[in-house]
Amino acid sequence: MKPLNYLGQGVAYALFAVVLGYFSTSPEYEHMPPDQALVKLSFSHAAQRKGACRERTDEELAKLKPNMRIRKDCPRERANVVVELEMDGKQMYHVELPPPGLAHDGAASIYRRMPVPAGTHRFVVRLKDKVDGDFDFVHEENVDLVAGRALVIDFKADVPGAPGFMFKK
Amino acid sequence: MKSLQNSWRRLENLFNPAFGQALNPWYHLGAIIYFLFWVVVVSGIYLYIFYRTGVNEAYQTVESLTHDQPYVGGVMRSLHRYASDGIVVAMLLHMLRSFIYGRFHGFRWFSWVTGVLLIWLVYISGINGYWMVWDRLAQFVAVATTEWFDWLPLFSQPLARNFLAQGNVSDRFINMLSFIHIFIPLLMLLFMWVHTKRMNNAETYPPQSLAAGTLLALLALSLVKPALSHAQADLALVPAALRLDWFYLAPYPLIYAWSPGAVWALVGGFTMLLLAVPWLLKPRGRVPVAEVHPDNCNGCERCFKDCPYSAILMRSRQDGRPYALLPVVDPKLCASCGICVGACPSSMPFRRHGMVSGIELPDKLLLALRADTDHALDGLRGKARVMVFGCDCAYDVRALQSEEVAALSLPCIGMLPPAFIDYALRDSRADGVLIAGCRECDCQYRLGIRWTEQRLAREREPRLRQRVPAQRVETCWAGPPDEKLARAALSALQARIAQLPRAAFEDDGELELEHR
Ligand code: HEM
Repeated sequence: MKPLNYLGQGVAYALFAVVLGYFSTSPEYEHMPPDQALVKLSFSHAAQRKGACRERTDEELAKLKPNMRIRKDCPRERANVVVELEMDGKQMYHVELPPPGLAHDGAASIYRRMPVPAGTHRFVVRLKDKVDGDFDFVHEENVDLVAGRALVIDFKADVPGAPGFMFKK
Repeated sequence: MKSLQNSWRRLENLFNPAFGQALNPWYHLGAIIYFLFWVVVVSGIYLYIFYRTGVNEAYQTVESLTHDQPYVGGVMRSLHRYASDGIVVAMLLHMLRSFIYGRFHGFRWFSWVTGVLLIWLVYISGINGYWMVWDRLAQFVAVATTEWFDWLPLFSQPLARNFLAQGNVSDRFINMLSFIHIFIPLLMLLFMWVHTKRMNNAETYPPQSLAAGTLLALLALSLVKPALSHAQADLALVPAALRLDWFYLAPYPLIYAWSPGAVWALVGGFTMLLLAVPWLLKPRGRVPVAEVHPDNCNGCERCFKDCPYSAILMRSRQDGRPYALLPVVDPKLCASCGICVGACPSSMPFRRHGMVSGIELPDKLLLALRADTDHALDGLRGKARVMVFGCDCAYDVRALQSEEVAALSLPCIGMLPPAFIDYALRDSRADGVLIAGCRECDCQYRLGIRWTEQRLAREREPRLRQRVPAQRVETCWAGPPDEKLARAALSALQARIAQLPRAAFEDDGELELEHR
């Protein structure tokens, strides 16, 4: 083999290496502009039952199979979960989450990412989990969001003493 | 399509001056992927020795490999990354050229479809690998992957909720990642084996010098630009600027630039389209497959050994003839290349009566080939008369025809029984024979050229007879656009035979064939 052949092969291998080396890290990908922060609204919550429980009459009970004779008759279907998020007085997000499952009795879940400009913002978040009436849970907070940080807004109804929204910075 | 094929061939030809046809990397891409896979395995085993599966330990051990032992661990890590990237490059090119050359329909559907599955396995392995470092890039990939999957109506709770806060990720999770990182590549190896299962003599190891060159290139790259981590993952932060590995992660920015659903449409649609290619782009009509003629078959197994797609099986024989086995052709696997015909000892043009071989292509009978050869030879005039046997997939040898040159084209040059060379030269009917086919190592039917070269060199049955003088036979491996190559080979042969005395078989000695 002639030296020129080796040179040609070297060029081909170098090209291969350069392509691998370059595209394995470049060009840089800007996932989020440098002056932005991220709000993630995410929770999983089972809303209240749509209808109230009622007592079965004796005749109704007698009609049921013996092992099914339970006095309380509770409808399985749950209400929608309604959530609203406001930033600096402007509504950012509003959603009504129907309960999943065939019997519409599951816990509704949400995961929503919202890029916002970095800085101090006033967030108001509200949640309603029954058929009518006003929002059951409201949380307001001023948050100083540093660029590149994520604010997670979670909701837990079963935290003893302090059910409701949690802001995790 | 033909002009695209020829443009692509010209691109590949650019590598011939430096590598020569036999080592042109384009013709060995499948084998190069195999080689890169083994580089990934060996370097991966080394990394595993040091890797610890904890949220912090994962990051720290990878950092320590890079910085505390840069010339071993660091190089191994870089080799692991770059060889994985190389797999993507080689795989996509291998797919592209299979597509351009129309190597996907008919009996090839199986290689094509298993190839498409391999793309998924390669990507899953590679993307999973980026999670293992548990740095900001891993975090981005983890969050983006789960956000992408959450678009599918499969999960009762969004998967992405698992990456909301620092405490959510456990050591067990990293442990699971490392388990997946062994399991999927093993599955990939299984599918690589399945992918080539229908191919006889599949090339799963590249020529040594190509392997060495590739490894050296990867080593040099690893030293010049070692693979590095981003900062340690922190789920309270959103990674802003990322040094993305575009070979594996190119679709990720689209999840945010478009939407997760759009990326599913793209990836799912592309996969479906690829899977459908063998049936969408099927050529109309089928070429008849090879047929066995038991009366002329002695069960020698040469066709069975030479069939490039394992379409021939040997079965025990019940027709009362004194041979144990009889070949059976599986029509679904047969490529109709005729390589079996070239392998059959009954493919003898010298027979006086009823020339039928043990295995034949029904629309390209040897009897007709002999008649065509006779007709062509009868028309030859001049001082250096050449009979050219060529191949339908290669340079069209009929363009070489003149008063001095006759040419016949076969489905594959591997179909030509070497006895036809003898036949053409006998009684001085031609002064030389040119054997032409696809570029070396790029036979459309994989093994046609290899077997032809070995038969001419008398290393493989049926061997070219010793009495055929080497100076009168020339080979030429040229693709459809390689006219110069074909003409040069013809001129070289004509110049040579012009110096020789007319009678082709004057010398009946043991002349060795010049093997090029
Ligand atoms: C891990 C990835 C892959 C590996 C290791 C691999 C390896 C190979 C090897 C070793 C061969 C045999 C070459 C020969 O001896 O002639 C081959 C042939 C083939 N591959 Fe792949 N391949 C991969 C991916 C793909 C993909 C993605 C496709 C297309 C979708 C594909 C399509 C084909 C086809 C159609 C053939 C048959 C060519 C012929 O019949 O002449 N492969 N591959």
